[in-house]
Amino acid sequence: MKLRELAHSRTGDKGNTSSISVIAYEAAGYALLLRHVTAERVKAHFGELVAGEVVRYEIPSLGALNFVLRQALGGGVTRSLTLDTHGKGLSSALLDLDIPDESPSRTTPQQDGDH
Amino acid sequence: MKQVRIGAGAGYSGDRIEPAIELAEKGGLDYLVFECLAERTIALAQQAKLKDPKAGYDPLLAERFRAVLRPCRQAGTRIVTNMGAANPVAGAERIRAIAGELGLTGLKIAAVTGDDVLPSVAGGDYRIDETGAAVADLGGSLISANAYIGAQAIAEALADGADIVITGRAADPSLFVGPLVHAFGWARDDWHRLGQATLIGHLLECAGQVTGGYFADPGYKSVPDLARLGFPIAEVGEDGCVVVTKVAGSGGRVTPATCKEQILYEIHDPARYLTPDVVADFSNVTVEEIGFDRVRVRGASGHPRTATLKVSLGVTEGFVGEGQISYAGPGARARGALALEIVRERLTLTGVRTSELRFDLIGANALHGERLSNHGGGHEPYEVRVRVAGRSDSLIEALRIGNEVETLYTNGPAGGGGVTKSVREVVGILSTLIPRERVATAIHYVES
Repeated sequence: MKLRELAHSRTGDKGNTSSISVIAYEAAGYALLLRHVTAERVKAHFGELVAGEVVRYEIPSLGALNFVLRQALGGGVTRSLTLDTHGKGLSSALLDLDIPDESPSRTTPQQDGDH
Repeated sequence: MKQVRIGAGAGYSGDRIEPAIELAEKGGLDYLVFECLAERTIALAQQAKLKDPKAGYDPLLAERFRAVLRPCRQAGTRIVTNMGAANPVAGAERIRAIAGELGLTGLKIAAVTGDDVLPSVAGGDYRIDETGAAVADLGGSLISANAYIGAQAIAEALADGADIVITGRAADPSLFVGPLVHAFGWARDDWHRLGQATLIGHLLECAGQVTGGYFADPGYKSVPDLARLGFPIAEVGEDGCVVVTKVAGSGGRVTPATCKEQILYEIHDPARYLTPDVVADFSNVTVEEIGFDRVRVRGASGHPRTATLKVSLGVTEGFVGEGQISYAGPGARARGALALEIVRERLTLTGVRTSELRFDLIGANALHGERLSNHGGGHEPYEVRVRVAGRSDSLIEALRIGNEVETLYTNGPAGGGGVTKSVREVVGILSTLIPRERVATAIHYVES
């Protein structure tokens, strides 16, 4: 399954650093995020797009992870030649990450998924 | 228990204006806050001020204040904003003039200054955070240096009876922390309360981003009525706990999920979110739905603030020239790729001087490169848009990039159409740190 089935995500930017939250739709999903969405996998997923290190922060009270990606914005929002200078679309790219189907099957939230 | 109602009327400089009017008329607010400065905005405003000493505040200041001044006056709502950008004093004068046009007399307007630290930073011993080089070596390319100032001056101005407080580079959450500190009388070293107030500011500072904006993903996350998105209201108690909500009947939704996305937005270490006011700790925050479009957020805390303030440096970095052209139908991608090859060769053949070039096929690989774009097998797009962008220290050279794309009309692959070309001056943003004691804020009052 794709990460998108388990979690939602938003990207922010500061200078040449991107930060990407990954938030479990349901409390049970957080354990899967902890296990499968590691800093190493995120770094590998983005490959050449992220020149610097990737750091993962855990926020269990929100069932969420926060990733900080250094040197990820082509020199920075204000000077990059890329089309999406803020890297806003990186969250969508991350939700395409493959997650092993070891979990009990869960339904995709169709409304707000706010748990 | 005393409660303060504070709303966010803008999340960035160009934001929608009707949601702010809706808040002013129906929000029952004590304070309405407009956050309108991005990293680069103030550097551009500084350039405008250099050309005209009466300019340099937010370009939409007049339109926003014309729209909300009267309803805010009627509701007894005080306004706090960083729309002063590079020139809060001129912004305050403009607001006074607008109040006069509207026949609103007796409004006390406070302009907070002191964030402009260009002279001291340009001549001092400061290092650029991103590169380690000396700030002084930037020479004439350094066009602005603005320290992120905190809530204190805002709270003081409100205590002095200001109806409107306009600042330059105040930190985004501080625009909300200031009114809360004033309203509840929290001490300037009550780190726990300041951490909570900073969370509230952080939740609201992007306005619609907590009420369902920037959230919808059809089939996964649905949000009703985004064309009429309502902006947020925080109901804050003396204990620093908050309920996030919005005007009933407005578009959007406030849910635990929308709040979680905004709590984590643009923070790095959630246990150490640095602002001028406090080192806020969001690592134990919880969200709870307590009603329709009502979410309680609690659990933030804080630690003593740092001894330095971040300074945003605006630096001129030449020009970016760009050209685009579209190809469609069978073979679109191959013709687009050929077009890119041709432009690449032409820029070399004709000796266009650039320091950096980029070649994209929008619709195929422009955002995330070839590998991620082909994740899951890739596809043959029906249409692609060729994009060539390059950096040069010369305006003339930058113009030549778009011109070379344009010549694809009659000299390139079959079926190219819809050329656009542009050149923009680049103002890059770097940062440094300045000891707090070298930043002196001042408050100037005018009355309508």
